[in-house]
Amino acid sequence: MSENAVPTANGEFGPRLGEVFGPSHADGGPELVQLLTPEGERVEHQDFTLDLGDEEDEAIKGFYRDMVLTRRIDTEATALQRHGELGIWAQLLGQEAAQIGSGRALRPQDFVFPTYREHGVAYCRDVDPLRLLGLFRGVDQGGWDPNEGNFGLYTIVIGAQTLHAVGYAMGMQRDGVVGTGDPERDAAVVAYFGDGASSQGDVNESFIFAASYNAPVVFFCQNNQWAISEPIERQSRIPLYQRALGFGFPGVRVDGNDVLACYAVTQAALRRAREGSGPTLVEAYTYRMGAHTTTDDPTRYRLSSDLEHWKLKDPIARLKAYLTRNGVVEDDFFAGIEDEAEKLGEHLREGCKALPEPSPLSIFDQVYVDQTPELAAQKVGFAAYLESFEGGVPTGSTTGIGAH
Amino acid sequence: MTRITLAKGLNAGLRAALEADPKVLIMGEDVGKLGGVFRITDGLQKDFGEDRVIDTPLAESGILGTAVGLAMRGYRPVCEIQFDGFVYPAYDQIVSQVAKIHFRSQGRIRMPLVIRIPFGGGIGAVEHHSESPEAQFAHTPGLKVVSCSNPVDGYWMIQQAIQSDDPIVFLEPKRQYHADKAELDETLQPEPLFSSRIVREGGDLTLLAYGPMVKTCLASAEAAAGEGRSIEVIDLRTLSPLDMGPVFASVRKTGRAVVAHEAHVNLGMGSEVAARITEECFYALEAPVLRVGGFDTPYPPSRIEEDYLPDLDRVLDAVDRSFAY
Repeated sequence: MSENAVPTANGEFGPRLGEVFGPSHADGGPELVQLLTPEGERVEHQDFTLDLGDEEDEAIKGFYRDMVLTRRIDTEATALQRHGELGIWAQLLGQEAAQIGSGRALRPQDFVFPTYREHGVAYCRDVDPLRLLGLFRGVDQGGWDPNEGNFGLYTIVIGAQTLHAVGYAMGMQRDGVVGTGDPERDAAVVAYFGDGASSQGDVNESFIFAASYNAPVVFFCQNNQWAISEPIERQSRIPLYQRALGFGFPGVRVDGNDVLACYAVTQAALRRAREGSGPTLVEAYTYRMGAHTTTDDPTRYRLSSDLEHWKLKDPIARLKAYLTRNGVVEDDFFAGIEDEAEKLGEHLREGCKALPEPSPLSIFDQVYVDQTPELAAQKVGFAAYLESFEGGVPTGSTTGIGAH
Repeated sequence: MTRITLAKGLNAGLRAALEADPKVLIMGEDVGKLGGVFRITDGLQKDFGEDRVIDTPLAESGILGTAVGLAMRGYRPVCEIQFDGFVYPAYDQIVSQVAKIHFRSQGRIRMPLVIRIPFGGGIGAVEHHSESPEAQFAHTPGLKVVSCSNPVDGYWMIQQAIQSDDPIVFLEPKRQYHADKAELDETLQPEPLFSSRIVREGGDLTLLAYGPMVKTCLASAEAAAGEGRSIEVIDLRTLSPLDMGPVFASVRKTGRAVVAHEAHVNLGMGSEVAARITEECFYALEAPVLRVGGFDTPYPPSRIEEDYLPDLDRVLDAVDRSFAY
């Protein structure tokens, strides 16, 4: 008797019902698009070629610089949190290639909907990293203008922004900026999210809406293996990119620590979206080398040997190996970037402490475009209350005006 | 001048809004070919096309979430939630995104969207089709909440809501959709959206209502008149912000107030209205402000919904209790 046989109602043995419907996923393992090996060796892929124009070396050097500066933003912000200057920081350590590769594939007319960890993409959209610190310091909830660099506000509720991305893309369709054939005009949206968010209803609904309306969206999922303490196996029994087919659009898994592959794949997906061919899911397979945030302690739930394994795939080290081995860079290239990183660090350290404190009275002004009489009255009342104290600060206040 | 139902008034108002501004979109389940399950959007997709009157997948969070993105792109989406009890899958998008984005972005992003919700009971429906969730939205900073009670208000208020640059939850009393007709004169200037209105003058007691209860309260006032009591009825119309000026003036005149709604009494709109009247009109009051509403239970099976819903007698009972003080 086969071990796959179970007793049926009439006492006979039949096949296990678990087998009746066939396999529960498409194949044994995913293919990973890779153009640069962990050792820094350039390889080709049959479907995705690197298209960096005439100045390929310069572009690759630019990627290196972007990744080093992005990592510096991250390490500097982490240090600022340790020094009590930030309440919390969401680290991106290890995800620089995924963010720079995808971020540099964007054109100015594209729009980005980030999570709260897209510091590298923000950098690509010319958002001053100081503006990012404001959110984590608690002086504001998003200090940049989303319409300036086409970079949306950080979204803390996991996955909510993917629907905003699809809606924005539906707006682009109605504005006639999709599929015109004019590269300066055609636009698309990138929705960033993580492996944890892939379980959210909003992400799945965004897939359905995007497919239904053929919206120009690239769903860029950074699968960093961990949703705080929960491993990817808790979110998905199949490789995430394979989910796309179930919604009716293509998915691809790319080496998320390979900036060249991330660039090439995102560029292809964006071109596809801009030309009016609809959504794509890009799963950037990477690893969160840091903690979820500065309040997290990964030693409670994952093995240090995992981290050591992924350190060998470090996105910056592999590009440095490539640049060095192929003689692409001048002698002072790396030192020059280190100098830049130092200056960026100083900008963040000095600038963070100088971020202006919000006024308690400022909260009343932006709730509505047309302020309600109720709120106006509350503001007047609160101002009078504050005024009733010497110096405008209630005794014992830790947050009022002048507390710093 | 035409005589119209609330359904026709809303339909005409939506049509006028679509004609006035090419950025206005309608989106929701069955709003296109079918014209909505209540036919409020009847004929609009035929005249304005599938890109402007959008049949969506059956996912309320998806409707509101994509509306946020469309609003960011400069559109003015009017989202139809098919029934009140189906709004909760969209609750996160409404409360955490729609309501907060203008604040979080320090005013850089506007959310000029309207969330239309047929609300209230009395149509003999199965569960989740008869609820009154207004307090949950009125309790959310960043949203504005209004409710029309009659065909003429439906026509004007939906257009005013669509013109608003702030997000508005627009509550439509579904049992009134096809009930009474009223004369619509499109040449008149409407009152401001965020204003309450005296709909029957009186001097002995102030009766406050909105949406489906306005009709009930007018009938109650008529019945009370037969007993020699002169009741002033105010249609609140706007629930967030509340327009309390006319209410305070009325209560200072009458000294008594009863507030009625279909929603549960506990922490309902009546609680806020009563608290504000007490704060502002304490010395004018001859009796505590009384509340009449649904009981603090889930909405019951439809065969007993008339027992659950506050009706003419329950309102008059509260009026009696007020006068007994």
